[in-house]
Amino acid sequence: MLLGPSLALSAVLFALGVVGVLIRRNVVVVFMCVELMLNAVNLTLVALAQLHGTSGQIMVFFVMTVAAAEAVVGLAIILAIFRHVQTVDLKQFNLLKG
Amino acid sequence: MTALTVVFGIFAIWAVVSALLCITRTNAMASALWLVSTMFALAGIYVLLQAEFIAAIQVLVYAGAVMVLFLFVIMLLNVEETPREWKRWPVWLLASGLAAVLTAELVTLRGYSPGRLAREISTMPDSMAIPAYVFPGAMGTGPDPRGVVGKIAEPLFQAYLIPFEITSVLLLAAVIGAVVLAKKRL
Repeated sequence: MLLGPSLALSAVLFALGVVGVLIRRNVVVVFMCVELMLNAVNLTLVALAQLHGTSGQIMVFFVMTVAAAEAVVGLAIILAIFRHVQTVDLKQFNLLKG
Repeated sequence: MTALTVVFGIFAIWAVVSALLCITRTNAMASALWLVSTMFALAGIYVLLQAEFIAAIQVLVYAGAVMVLFLFVIMLLNVEETPREWKRWPVWLLASGLAAVLTAELVTLRGYSPGRLAREISTMPDSMAIPAYVFPGAMGTGPDPRGVVGKIAEPLFQAYLIPFEITSVLLLAAVIGAVVLAKKRL
């Protein structure tokens, strides 16, 4: 069935994504780590779909759609911020700081 | 140890090593390519988990479309290597502590099994414990007679038709949003 190993792998990948978001300063790489976390959750859904029917796979389909939309809008925002501050360093992204 | 487990192990190690390299490379382009590698490994795992259509979509949409978008943006921004890319050590400490707690928490999910689930359901109030709802004929079935795509398409276009249609509005909103945000002047 591979359910346990799949969930464990998903846990490890999700944790790696969290670490990436916390330690990196390049905003594009942080964004990629968010994608990594979404992938880890997709793996959980597919693993549990084996047990509970194909509804889990449908959820993965929707997660991928939302992830694609999120990537498009997020990268557009990054581009817009880059025009202002001319850097991708998260430390310099303090437009909302009072 | 069956052949399935061995193949799963290969893909799992591949995925974890690629993910590790993805979050540790200082070059954003290298990070992106290692993330593509992780996604290919995950596609292999999806095939092992009998989700062939999801595996194909993973390669086409994620490793293909989304990551190409990322690579475009990385090349467009054309950032020089920053002298100190990583954050200071207290953040490292916090990050590794948080990750350890999170991993421990999620790995306990390995205790999840059909037997345990059945036991938990049998202790629920009667109105909630409908076995057919929890196990919709999933266990021990052979290859689906509807085929790889059919077994996704049938629920997608029947039970999940409304969410599927709403998805198109979401994509339209994303397209318009991206154009408005990325364009200098409308």
